[in-house]
Amino acid sequence: MRKLKPGLWLAVAGLVILAGMAAVPGLFTTADPDAADLSATFTPPGPGHWLGTDENGRDLWARIVYGARPSLLIGAGSVALALLAGTVIGVASAQLGRVTDQVLGRSLEVLLSVPWLLLVFLVVAVLGPGAFPAMVGLSLVGLPGFARVVRAEVLRLRAAPFVEAAHGFGWTRARVVLRHVVPNALGPVLALATVSLGAMIVAGSSLGFVGLGPRPPTAEWGAMLATSRRTLSVAWWPAAFPGLALTLAVLAITTLGQDLQRRIAGRSR
Amino acid sequence: MARALKTAPAGNGAPAGAAAALVRPVLVRAGGAVAVLWGAATATFVLLRIMPGSTADVLLARSTVSPEIRARLIADYRLDDGLGAQYAAYLSRLVRGDFGESHVLRRPVTEVLAVQVPHTLALLGTTTAVTVGASLVLAVISARAGRLVRGAFAAVEALLVAVPPFWLGLILLSAFSFTLPLFPAVGSSSPSGLVLPTIALAAGPVALITGVLRESMLRALDEPFVLTARTRGISETAVQVRHVLRHAVLPAAGLLGWVGGTLLGGAVIIEIVFSRQGVGRLVLSAVQNKDLPVVVAVVLLSAVVFVLFTMLVDVLTWLADPRTRTEAL
Repeated sequence: MRKLKPGLWLAVAGLVILAGMAAVPGLFTTADPDAADLSATFTPPGPGHWLGTDENGRDLWARIVYGARPSLLIGAGSVALALLAGTVIGVASAQLGRVTDQVLGRSLEVLLSVPWLLLVFLVVAVLGPGAFPAMVGLSLVGLPGFARVVRAEVLRLRAAPFVEAAHGFGWTRARVVLRHVVPNALGPVLALATVSLGAMIVAGSSLGFVGLGPRPPTAEWGAMLATSRRTLSVAWWPAAFPGLALTLAVLAITTLGQDLQRRIAGRSR
Repeated sequence: MARALKTAPAGNGAPAGAAAALVRPVLVRAGGAVAVLWGAATATFVLLRIMPGSTADVLLARSTVSPEIRARLIADYRLDDGLGAQYAAYLSRLVRGDFGESHVLRRPVTEVLAVQVPHTLALLGTTTAVTVGASLVLAVISARAGRLVRGAFAAVEALLVAVPPFWLGLILLSAFSFTLPLFPAVGSSSPSGLVLPTIALAAGPVALITGVLRESMLRALDEPFVLTARTRGISETAVQVRHVLRHAVLPAAGLLGWVGGTLLGGAVIIEIVFSRQGVGRLVLSAVQNKDLPVVVAVVLLSAVVFVLFTMLVDVLTWLADPRTRTEAL
């Protein structure tokens, strides 16, 4: 077992805090994220409001804590959808013959040829704004990556000696797939899922920022940053802290994901 | 890897032969590109068909128009004919560069785009120039530096890759437009208005490419050809730039496709942060108004740009490195 680097420990700690905020926000703040106090608008960071208040006098720390949940949920939801659809397409590509493989491969290239934001815009233009259309759009962005990894893993494992041996025992195909192929393919897929989670959280908050995600009264990081854009000449803190939270969250998640990918790459070699 | 190492018959240093050997792989690539674009066009056609409501209403974005305009639209798209005729009409319009009319803006889509595209191209141009220039310079500097400095570079790079460009834009605006009034906060007419958006957009790609370039430069420094170059007595800078960098550029070129896609998407958000004119604001308002002819046109055009860009990168890689010259490219 390799020793964990300090950066990795920080990443794990950050992730635990983030998950805690999303699960039990009440543990991190006693303030109400939606309680407006018009006598205390734009209070600079200091005692009482450590990160200051926004244009409605709402406590920024409380809003950042409560904002962890929608921001994480959109990211996690998109990754889950992308993983699910990507797995189906990847397995189909690997198993259903050359023609299917070619057709699916070309279709994935079509998805990849459109810049990610425009792909999401297209989906939102069709389905209308909101958290669910955002997730569907973002999952289309992540799908090709998962499909390619799953396809490659299935092809690699199908030829692996231990899978051939399992077939040799006279096991049914389903049993071989469930007992050997799936557990062995899981590592690279989960590593990709972790890295994608970071990217999807940024992408989701970008949508919130342009007004196509959860709408403003919701404490979502991207939507908070959008509001702060309009008051930037008055106060810097409503723009600085939600973005800092977003950056740290993404940094923690990608650090962890990239370490996972390196470990798996090292193991299979 | 044996296949990948096979060189083209023309070999190195025979420009005429190399050009001839280039024809086939370029044709293969072009065929693939056309297939991808055809797929994208087909996908948008299907999308417009499966939207709830009649296709005419979808294309009109439910705006009220005179019966004459509606009738013209139905005739243009052949909406009263069978699906095959509609599809043929749709494709032939796209091939002719006709993206229909925005009934929200009440003008042809191409006309609307022609006004906005130059603004976006200006931002993309400066960003590309900064990305290439800054990455090369920073990679050479950091590759020559000691372990500690290299570590610091790597840490800053990891941070910059994680920073969402739109947040970086907000911070730059706050610092250099509002706190220190050095650059304009809104607008895009003056060149100084391009400075902050370019930095916000280029930061991530610069960080990523610098890291990759430095890693492959450090690897290349151990290669025998570097020793050979040094024994010829040329300066260390010449070794770095002429030999090591040339060798190291290829892994970074592989990232350019990704960077291109990121920049096209990122420019949209950066335009909104800085309230710049451009395709980004146009397409965002089109999405909000369900103005699908505009959205579809921007999506398809960006696919064309992206596909051409990737092809260009492939061909340049092919020209720069004889080792990548396989039959299939």
